[in-house]
Amino acid sequence: MAMPAITEEEKLVKRFLSGNEALARGAWEAGVEVASGYPGTPSTEILENLAKMPGVYAEWAPNEKVALDVAIGAAYAGKRALATMKHVGVNVAADSLFYAAFTGMEAGLVIVSADDPSMHSSQNEQDNRNYAKFARIPCLDPADSQEAKDMMLAGFEISEKFDTPVLLRPTTRVCHTSALVEASPDRYQTPKPGKYPRNHAKYVMVPANAKHRHPAAEARLEKLAAYAEECPLNRVEMRGTELGIIANGIAYQYAREVFPEASVLKLGMSYPLPQHKIRDFAAQVDKVIVLEELDPFIEEQVLLMGIELYKPDDWEGGVYPHFKSIFPLTGELNPKIVRTHALRAGLLPEDTAVQPEVASAPAAGISLPVILAEDLPNRPPVLCPGCPHRSTFYILHKLKRPINGDIGCYTLGVVPPLSAMDTCGCMGASTGVAHGGYMAGDSERHIAVIGDSTFFHTGIQALMNVAYNQSNVITIIMDNRITSMTGQQENPASGMTLQGKAAHEVDIEALVRALGIKRVKRVEAYDVDAIESTLKEWLKIDEPAVLITDHACALLPEERKKYLPLEVVEDDCNGCTLCFRIGCPAIIKSDKLDEKTQRPLAEIDPLLCTGCEICAQVCPRDAILFRDQMVELKMQ
Amino acid sequence: MNKIRFLLVGVGGQGTILASNVLAELGIELGYDTKKAEVHGMSQRGGSVVSHVSWGEQVFSPIIPEGEADVLIAFEKLEAMRFASGIRPGAMVLINDYEIIPVTVSSGGGQYPNVDEVRGTFKPLTDKVFCVKGVEIAEELGNAKAANVVLLGALSKILGHDAEPWLKVIEGRVPPKFIELNRKAFQAGRDAVK
Repeated sequence: MAMPAITEEEKLVKRFLSGNEALARGAWEAGVEVASGYPGTPSTEILENLAKMPGVYAEWAPNEKVALDVAIGAAYAGKRALATMKHVGVNVAADSLFYAAFTGMEAGLVIVSADDPSMHSSQNEQDNRNYAKFARIPCLDPADSQEAKDMMLAGFEISEKFDTPVLLRPTTRVCHTSALVEASPDRYQTPKPGKYPRNHAKYVMVPANAKHRHPAAEARLEKLAAYAEECPLNRVEMRGTELGIIANGIAYQYAREVFPEASVLKLGMSYPLPQHKIRDFAAQVDKVIVLEELDPFIEEQVLLMGIELYKPDDWEGGVYPHFKSIFPLTGELNPKIVRTHALRAGLLPEDTAVQPEVASAPAAGISLPVILAEDLPNRPPVLCPGCPHRSTFYILHKLKRPINGDIGCYTLGVVPPLSAMDTCGCMGASTGVAHGGYMAGDSERHIAVIGDSTFFHTGIQALMNVAYNQSNVITIIMDNRITSMTGQQENPASGMTLQGKAAHEVDIEALVRALGIKRVKRVEAYDVDAIESTLKEWLKIDEPAVLITDHACALLPEERKKYLPLEVVEDDCNGCTLCFRIGCPAIIKSDKLDEKTQRPLAEIDPLLCTGCEICAQVCPRDAILFRDQMVELKMQ
Repeated sequence: MNKIRFLLVGVGGQGTILASNVLAELGIELGYDTKKAEVHGMSQRGGSVVSHVSWGEQVFSPIIPEGEADVLIAFEKLEAMRFASGIRPGAMVLINDYEIIPVTVSSGGGQYPNVDEVRGTFKPLTDKVFCVKGVEIAEELGNAKAANVVLLGALSKILGHDAEPWLKVIEGRVPPKFIELNRKAFQAGRDAVK
């Protein structure tokens, strides 16, 4: 392998950072003093990293709207501020985004929307560049970690120069790819803010004031469009003139990978666009195409400019209602997808296709079975061993009532064999959807399940509505004290802030009672019988109720200390399979069969088992030892 | 060749991420432009985990296109099979001889593939398949968690590299009290593919 690309000197000054680490570094260098966000993949690590840096206040807010209001408030008060969230978080924060786009601020404000094409960890796929256009604010799209850092700095400069919030939109492949980044030891110092602004015409959005701010936002957009022409984030890389590619975000990397000879107009700022630069670029090449992930966001605007894009004859794509011509509209791109579509569109010679030389016949004398990947057993994400949510879903599966679910680890209650969830849409939707089922006259009793963090996020209002408008929804709040799916971030029930300060723990039971729910009970989440008997009793009573299942996430350090793997007593197990039905990865089918039933016995993987005892409670033959019995066994 | 692309696959919690961090840091140490891509979040909960590490003169795409990985490192056998289509013909494949039974097998009707099926999957693609009993070897050394370092040791040998730069990177990433264990695990991995 020939090469060295990196010199010894570069190794000393460059750091290997993920896109999210680079965004945090950029925010620090840009002098951000206040940052607020809500955890959400792929955005979470931005605040986690920034929170450790000196001179920064960083917090987890209960939801993205609150986070954005906090950041706007800090920017009104004259400090550079940052709000971070995943793409769907911007839906929650959109109300605030739109007023901030009208008011502007006293100091810079950047909103990070980490988009998740292909929905690696999301409930929907959306292209948040549309929000920039919708709100008339600039959008920056980094293509790697270095750009993530640089664009954070550029974002604050643009924000202050044009008095606008800036949307910074990395995608999963930028957030979670690590690459070399040149970091600076210098940090921008925000000038000492003056008195808090009393500029009512600018900051109090009553109709009489707001109607002047809309034309101001449109005028600002024209200035931004003019700036886009000279903005260094939009650059032309001239190579061959046969093909010109207008590329944006991570798609730029695929353009370079698949078309090494093509000229590229790299648009770091995807809104507003540099019209003249695009026109000039198009004039210099024979064919011009747009390579972007998800929506034809740039493509549509380029077409509206009257610039002709390359499209093969008899091509079916790129017509109303979808103007995306060559590359797919849904899912993330990768070099293989780009190459396949480019070949189909005649943009690459046929011999560039990768032809895997798969041997047609196995070697003489040996015949081995081949299994196709799609025929292999799946390994879906599942509730962890020891997860305190498992017992509830085991019971819900037995009760067979409609379950309206929510967003969090417990969404995995839908995975077989638990299969105990019938709807799941977005954060906080469970209880409202269940209430709607009741109001529609659905004959079955609805049960909503929601985690502690999601309840704080947007679940409280829905429960208030249940009490106020009087349905009989049973809401189960699965309180594990932490925001788990994103990797254990603190929330208002954790007793700790993002930066490690002790905090008040919200009393969920008292809060629920204050909302007007009279039937409230808190039970130990591992107690299978308590959950079952409570729910069975409540199903007979026609009034709303809230069950709080209480146990800290099994991945938290304090819980890990309590791990005690259980064992199956082989002689007592008859392979009845009940314990397999709790869907715990620690319970496996043993190689040994029961003599009578010829069914495999249960076995517990000691590396995975935490000793939560849910399986031991479910076992009808007491064949699984409880923790006390394990301790006794060890003492013998 | 101006690039080497490593596809690392396993099950959440197996140390796939640590191994890909070591490979990435080593790439930089050896003077290559390096990118490492992985997906966090939902997939970490006991699901399949995949990580892409690319070394090269200049690396653009962080994701390795399907059918173009030069090296597949699988920490679990079923995952090795699942990602077999990720490699180019003739690629090197290093498999940890270890099974983690998915719940779709223990609670459903799925069948965990047998040894012949694992070999059969790779047979038409490459003959450079190495199997190492990483967990067993690490357990003998006193800690099953060092299995990923056993695999890294084996990989260093397969690639024809000296141990030293690898050990330097690994030692920089583990607490001092585990350095000796990791040195032994690494060497055992090298010995396992002699």
